[in-house]
Parts: sequence; structure tokens; C-alpha cells
Amino acid sequence: MIVKQLSVFLENKLGRLHEVLEILADNDVNIVALSLADSSDYGMLRMMVSDPEKGREKLRENEFAAKLTEVVCIGVSHAVGSLGKAMGKLADAGIDVEYMYAFANGDQAAAVMKCSDPEGAIEILTKGGFQVYQEKDVYLKQVGKE
Amino acid sequence: MMWNEPKECMSRDELSHLQGARLVKMVERVYHNVPFYRKKMQMMGLEPGDIKGLEDLVKLPFTTKDDLRDNYPFGLVAVPEEQINRIHASSGTTGKPTVVAYTRHDLSVWSECVARGLTMAGLGRSDRVHVAYGYGLFTGGLGLHDGAAYLGATVIPMSSGNTKKQITLMEDFGATALACTPSYAMHLAEAVVEAGRVPHIKLKAAICGAEPWTDAMRDTLEQMLNIKAYDIYGLSEIMGPGVAQDCPYHKGLHIWEDHFIPEILNPDTLEPVGPGERGELAITTVTKEALPLFRYRTKDLTSIEYSKCECGRTHARIARFTGRTDDMLIIRGVNVFPSQVEAALLEVDEVLPNYLMTVDRQGNLDTLEIQVEVEERFFSDQMNQLQSLTRKIEHVIKQALGIAAQVKLVEPKSIERSEGKAKRVIDKRKL
Repeated sequence: MIVKQLSVFLENKLGRLHEVLEILADNDVNIVALSLADSSDYGMLRMMVSDPEKGREKLRENEFAAKLTEVVCIGVSHAVGSLGKAMGKLADAGIDVEYMYAFANGDQAAAVMKCSDPEGAIEILTKGGFQVYQEKDVYLKQVGKE
Repeated sequence: MMWNEPKECMSRDELSHLQGARLVKMVERVYHNVPFYRKKMQMMGLEPGDIKGLEDLVKLPFTTKDDLRDNYPFGLVAVPEEQINRIHASSGTTGKPTVVAYTRHDLSVWSECVARGLTMAGLGRSDRVHVAYGYGLFTGGLGLHDGAAYLGATVIPMSSGNTKKQITLMEDFGATALACTPSYAMHLAEAVVEAGRVPHIKLKAAICGAEPWTDAMRDTLEQMLNIKAYDIYGLSEIMGPGVAQDCPYHKGLHIWEDHFIPEILNPDTLEPVGPGERGELAITTVTKEALPLFRYRTKDLTSIEYSKCECGRTHARIARFTGRTDDMLIIRGVNVFPSQVEAALLEVDEVLPNYLMTVDRQGNLDTLEIQVEVEERFFSDQMNQLQSLTRKIEHVIKQALGIAAQVKLVEPKSIERSEGKAKRVIDKRKL
């Protein structure tokens, strides 16, 4: 299924990332995975979090440009060539991957990707034997607080 | 040296008398040929006969850039169409430009005014004037071009851009004078110095205008190229460059009073202020045929000095400009109004017109950065989409202003909202 990623626009200003993380922490939103892309003027923070709707709402209340993006998340076994196999299937089907990042998830890795056709990607990857994560697999249960 | 000594050195009495006589004729002409002014005068209960001399100037109505806009394009022209010999235009406060027209005689007066300035800068028939102002609707290029030609000098119509070629040709053609904006002159000077070509160029003078600059900048420019530099002032509504220029004594810019009557007004009350006091410059164009204007409010802040100059000229001197009464900016010699940026942003569907312009000077070139807030509805988490949006905004801004700007996307609500009028401009240039 399609999962929701929390995306936040960040100006290149000292402490902005810290503010985002604090807002999420104060509201018990846990970050499962994140990626931070940068340009000379701004950055784009993309996260898998325990409660994306709540995360977006709290960030908006604090005047951040935050939105939810539909992405696909799959499990990839720790074996040489397994991610490549998944990409091959998407390429054969003519589906573009706009960006991707990965995180460790127990004994396997997980890859989050933004695709030109998320439904198509899910269908192809499921048929190809990949584990496509459900929301509950990604938005991990609330864990302890620092 | 003087181009027209009898005119440039007239006694104050003679000059006032000439101005008065020309003003009376102008009022008569304008009243009968320009419905806009006729209505204005009728509403004020004024008839041409009420203006008997210079002392009656203050009875006449003011003219503003808005009046030119409201009468776009030729509503204020006082001559039959076939007598219009040239049209120029400059930036308006919104979409439409401010249009100005000239008869053959107007162009010849303009040329003479520029020639007076060039002569004042020590130039003559044997000189070669490298004109690096932009040519086109902007008055800079053709104004200096015609003036230098009228002087009898050799004109090199370079126009702006391509610094490397400018330097090569300046050297190869043996230019003795350079005419361009002061910031571009500095830019060229740096490039000449860097290339080690100072000993190979024959420049002796630079005539710079169309944007504010300082004495310190002039000193630097003079030292870098071992030349003398002069400040030329003008605005298209009045004529173009050459309305005023400073002489070798640099004690203010001589305004050619036989053609232009200057007044300095208190910007709040619009009452004339005394000599030496600072205020807004208003100009009445007593000899203009195509576009005669009563008391045109330039929005430029300056003061005026009527005493005879050490150079022998009697025409009043206006001090270097210290600012504007409106929000117009001059960036790389181009007039820019924040309202133009706003109008351009409205063309981009994805953007709300929340912006902040930052003007700075890096090296000697003006830079313009425009911050635009990222709005929820056009915010994409894909960098390539944000980058193409940035390029799209840069494109519409370039179309609207005629100069390039760097667009920077910023977080929502990060541009300060002030009570009442929003702060749209930060000018960091030290002028």
C-alpha cells in the first residue's frame, strides 16, 4: 500500500532542522527514517514518522511548509543485488523513481521511494516477491523518549 | 571650454528674464494644445494670461509620473503626430512604460545639452566617445550618442554588455571618453586594470549617470583609469541624460536653466524651499515642444545652489542626489518599482505576491535578490520542481524589469509583515 511521508521545506538557516525535530519530539511523533536533500538556498527534509498527519499539523501550526507525500516502501533483504532487482522491475515497467532513501529495519533494509506511478510500482514489486510495507509496518509503535 | 558661452554664462537677471519669457509662451502653447493641462488650469481658475513671468510659476499645477501613465501613450503630446521625430520609454510603476516624445527641435536641444556637458568635461571634435549605455527605448545610449555626434566627436556606439569586447575595442579604436553607468564604468575599470591594459587605453574622461553614485566612487574610478569622471543627470520625462552635469570643480551639477526651470519643494507640503535646503526636485520644461511638462515632480531629493560657479557658468547647481521620495530603485541603471515585481509575481499561478527585494552591490555591480515565500499549494517535495519554479519566477521577473534577479524560495511567513505597508525592499548599497 501507499504510505505517507512527511516532507518539510527548510530554509538554510541555523537551527531550523533542530526546531523541526523539537516540534515532532514535543508532540510524541517518532521519526523512523529521514533523508535531507539540500540546495544552496534551502533543504528538503523527508521523513517516515509514527504519525504523519499529526506531524504535519504540528509543523503547520508552527508555520513550516509541510506536506504529506505518497511514497512506496519495500523491504529489501541483506543480499547482494536485491535492490537492483527491484529497480530493474520498475524500469522494465517504465516507472520513474524520483528519489529514494533507505533505513535498517530489523534483519532487513527498507527502501522508501517516490515513484511516478506508486500503484503500478506496488503491483509490480508485490508480484516480484518483494515485501511492500503497510502503514503499520512503517509507522512503528511509539518508542521510549530520550 | 564652453559649448555655448553666451547661454551658459548669462547673468541671473538675463536668465530669469529668458525663463519668464519662455514660460509665458509655453503656458500659452500647452493651454491650447494639451486638453489635460487645459482642464487642470480651468479647474484651478487659471488662464494663460495669469502667467506673466517666472514669479507666476508657482501658480501652475504639478505633473507626476501617474499623469503620464494615465495619458498613455501620447495623451500629453502638444504637437501634431507628424511632428514627432522620436519616442523613448522608461519603466512605469506598473505594467505599461512611461512614454516620451520628441520633435526634431527637441532632439536638437537635447543634443546641445549633452554637447555642453561633454565640452565641460574637456571633450571636443577630436575625441572618440565610447558609448556603453544601452541603446534602445532607454534614453542613455541614443542621448549620449546624439550629443557626442552634435559635438563633432567620433561616436563609437558600443551599447552595453560583453566587457571583454568593450575593452578590446576601447583600446583598438583609441576611445578618449567613456559614457556609461557609474557601476558599469567601475566594472570596466576593474577589468582593464586586471588585464594590465591601463597604459594602452587613451581614455581621459568618463561621463557617468543614470544611477546614484558617490564622490568616493568617482575618486576610485579616476585613479584606476587615470581619467576625470563626471556625473550626468537626466530623466526621460524631462529629456534624458544631459539635463544637468557637473563641471571640473564638482560643486554640484549645472542644470541648463535656459531649457529647464528647477524648483526644490518640501516633499510634504509641496511648497518651494529656500536655496541650499533639501527637497524634491521639480522641473518645468520651457522649450520642449512635443512633451512640455509643468513642474514635473522627479521624486529625486536634492538641494540647489544659485551662486556663480568657479568655472564661470551661472546656471544653478543641484547637489548630488540623496534619495527618492517614492520607492523607485535604480538597479544597474534601470528604474525598478517594487510594484512591477508584485505584478510579475501575480502572473505566476503558484505564487502569492509575498516577496522581499534585497539590492546589494558586489564588487561594483548591483545585485537583486527576490525572496518569495513557499506557499502550501505550490510546495513540492521534489527539488527539481522547486528549481523549475524558481527559474519560472526568474523569467517573469526578467521580462517585467528588464534586469535579471536571483529568486530565492523561503519558508512561509518568514517575510516580515509590518503594520500597514509591508517592507518590500532592503537596499544594502552604501550610496
